[in-house]
Amino acid sequence: MKQAVVAEGLSKSFGAVEALKAASFSVSGAELFGLIGADGAGKTTLFRILATLLLPDSGKATLLDLDTVAGYRQIRTRIGYMPGRFSLYQDLSVEENLNFFATVFGATVEENYELIRDIYAQLEPFRKRRAGQLSGGMKQKLALSCALVHRPELLLLDEPTTGVDAVSRQEFWQMLRRLKSQGITILVSTPYMDEASLCDRVAFMQDGRILAIDTPQGITKLFTKPLFAVRASDKHRLIIELRSFEHTRSAYAFGSSVHYTDRRSDAAPEELAAWLRSRGFGDATVERIAPGIEDTFMALMENGAAQSRKEEAGDG
Amino acid sequence: MKRFIAFVRKEFYHIVRDRRTAAILFGMPILQLLLFGYAIRNEISEVRTGILDYSHDVVTEALSDKLFSSGTFRYAGSLASEKEIPAAFASGKMNEVVVFEPGFAGRLQKDGVAHMQIVTDGSDPNVSRTVTGYTESVVRDYLSEQRDGSVQFAGVEVVPVMMFNPSLKSVYLFVPGLMAMLLMLVSALMTSISITREKESGTMELLLVSSLRPAQIIVGKVVPYLLLSFINVVTVVALAFFVFGVPCRGSVALLFAESLLFIMTALSLGILISTITDSQQVAMMISLAGLLLPTVLLSGFIFPISSMPVPLQVISNIIPARWYLVIVRAVMLKGAGIAELWRETLVLLAMTLFFMAASVRKFSERLQ
Repeated sequence: MKQAVVAEGLSKSFGAVEALKAASFSVSGAELFGLIGADGAGKTTLFRILATLLLPDSGKATLLDLDTVAGYRQIRTRIGYMPGRFSLYQDLSVEENLNFFATVFGATVEENYELIRDIYAQLEPFRKRRAGQLSGGMKQKLALSCALVHRPELLLLDEPTTGVDAVSRQEFWQMLRRLKSQGITILVSTPYMDEASLCDRVAFMQDGRILAIDTPQGITKLFTKPLFAVRASDKHRLIIELRSFEHTRSAYAFGSSVHYTDRRSDAAPEELAAWLRSRGFGDATVERIAPGIEDTFMALMENGAAQSRKEEAGDG
Repeated sequence: MKRFIAFVRKEFYHIVRDRRTAAILFGMPILQLLLFGYAIRNEISEVRTGILDYSHDVVTEALSDKLFSSGTFRYAGSLASEKEIPAAFASGKMNEVVVFEPGFAGRLQKDGVAHMQIVTDGSDPNVSRTVTGYTESVVRDYLSEQRDGSVQFAGVEVVPVMMFNPSLKSVYLFVPGLMAMLLMLVSALMTSISITREKESGTMELLLVSSLRPAQIIVGKVVPYLLLSFINVVTVVALAFFVFGVPCRGSVALLFAESLLFIMTALSLGILISTITDSQQVAMMISLAGLLLPTVLLSGFIFPISSMPVPLQVISNIIPARWYLVIVRAVMLKGAGIAELWRETLVLLAMTLFFMAASVRKFSERLQ
């Protein structure tokens, strides 16, 4: 399938801060592509370059076969962009916002109503309410409606679910899947790792670099070390004790258990359980599990951080 | 065009829905005019005058009578010696003392010259100057009425006459200055704030990504404020006429046309400010300190340009309000037409074009 987005070696610095370091990736047509990374990973900078709002220092990007620098005017009419911060007019009502954005993008709400119906239907009871008085989830739905109202071929959504409750987040992702099924390419960023599994493919970003790109299933294959779920009644003390164990690579809270990785590739759960009992965790259970996408990201993040530290040391 | 209209409509929503701003926009002109018209007056209505007469003759008494019959001066008592003057000023009992020298009438008769002294309270120089002028003119009036051939005046006598504003009404001076100030404030401050607000709230990102052209965004921002400012001009001129009786001796159409030109100058300045700043706060500071203060202080509104030091006189040339003030005063008070004012009009036009060109050049279609 045709590539909707192609980015090659995009770099951008703000003063001494390198926000983006040679980021390359591509998104196919009608794909739901996720950019996962913590705050400050460079996601927003990347989005602004793609939305033709920033010029990259080096590298180039094409959207819908148009160059983001030379063809910015055409790109702007064909994409829908939802900035990370809520960027609608708070003193305008729901309806007025939607009509305004439809008109300035040269469309009408009526002609594309069927595209936004699912989303906007939930907002209709509040259509006279000022946008500033909507709840977080409602605001995001309105922003998505406004980004969609001119029927763009490509949607750029910068952290659409940040600050939104769990139920609204789930609804929001269902909407994205429906839009994708209508042939719209979607590039979405999120700081929530659990949302990665809802994308067709994900790119993991840290410190301005893209560390891995793959399908959610594929990305877990990057996790090669054995992973154990450890349970005990005093979870807090359990983490502290595990981190003092000589073979520990990492130990972090995960739901009701603690996920533990070992430095050795042939570690046995029995050995760890015995050690824990010796440290006074009489009820400790250790179970080997398959890594999930979040475990993979945690491991990637540690690798990335170690790599950055090494680079900085090398520079010094 | 439909996009443009939608944009302008949205701007009006912003203005109307922000009640505080709307109140300031429409209430301020009325409030300011009433304040300036009623409370802040420069003319002197009652001068408490004391007489220190060492002569006590026909002429001094006739002069005193003449003074107190003018309505401006109120008799506040007679003094016996100059030593009493400071105390009378300090207590506020008097703010002017007229001193006649001994043998006043005799000297005037014999030498043609007699001395009188006008002592005023210098702690308020503006009032002092006005009072002195009044007194002088009363005395001169009296002397010219005495068709006594024996009284001779040597040389040329300078008789100041306040044309166009014979009673020196301050509201005549304030109305043009007030118009300049209000227009600067409403047009420059409000546009610069409204554009930077879009930058702050992130909506500018969306506007840029939309298919609106920069020119459409700029003009769309300008139109509502152009209209509002024009309403303000009409309000101020009407209020000045109906409440304070300030005439418009020249063509009203010309006055409004020149006002529109000045509004455009102020608007383009506001846009220029907003293109170089990113926050409402900075835009407000620049507008207030960089535009409003010079408009008030250096335009000739309060302090006459001719009495400024030369460097400030030079600087005053780049202040749009200076030129607008000349125009408004000439049209309203002197009844001047475009034939006399084309130079000032041209200066304003050139400034507007310069600011417009600069802001279009500076307006970025990207973030930073």
